[in-house]
Amino acid sequence: MSARPAYTEFHPRWLRRRPSTYWWLERRAYLAFITRELSSTFIAWFVVYLLLFVRAVSLGHARYLEFVVWSRHPVVMVLNGITLFFVVFHAVTWFNLAPKAMVVHLGSKRLPASVISASNYGAWVVATAFLLWLVLGG
Amino acid sequence: MARRSPEPLLWLLFSAGGVVSALVLPVLVLLLGIAIPLGWLATPSYEHLSAVVLHPLTRLVLFGICVLSLFHAAHRFRFTLYDGLQIKHLNEMIGLFCYGGAIVLSIWAGYLLLSVR
Repeated sequence: MSARPAYTEFHPRWLRRRPSTYWWLERRAYLAFITRELSSTFIAWFVVYLLLFVRAVSLGHARYLEFVVWSRHPVVMVLNGITLFFVVFHAVTWFNLAPKAMVVHLGSKRLPASVISASNYGAWVVATAFLLWLVLGG
Repeated sequence: MARRSPEPLLWLLFSAGGVVSALVLPVLVLLLGIAIPLGWLATPSYEHLSAVVLHPLTRLVLFGICVLSLFHAAHRFRFTLYDGLQIKHLNEMIGLFCYGGAIVLSIWAGYLLLSVR
């Protein structure tokens, strides 16, 4: 689709109305869509936060405590609270979508959607439990 | 010969990053972004945290989590701008901003995680 057809005087004009810039406010489903899309910015923020955390830990106890004090700042706390909402929203919508994206066949039978969803949620529980154990010290 | 499109690779990174971030980020946000700042639970000691976080295997895994999550976010944000704001005509600038940002942050992540100990 790289080559554009040459413009001619007889080229038809499409009857297309440009949707409003705020089209995603019109329906709940659209709002859910844009919420899911916006989770990306909060994921990027948290990667930065995670790296700053690692850096603070590596620089010694005092620097780590400074980081903890900074992380208690209301702006940072609110941002992380919103981030928690968005990453959970991302996770839930991602796992619900998994059966549509993954078609697994066992022999000639297709694995039912519920099995795929359940295994994804199972993996989530395992990963969460493992990280809780690892960080909180078993 | 037709130039190969980078799109399949970008979609692959998007979905790999989507899985990784869905699995590990919620609990990490809860722990590092909320529980530790508020001093909930028995907040882990510094000695324990530094032993876990600075372990080479942890740093390797963290690097993977960071890079995949960044490319996931970049790809999704690109389409947020395309569809949400309908600015598809700024295609190249948006691509540069999103993937360029992911690349720069990935390099920072690699440098940081290699140099800390």
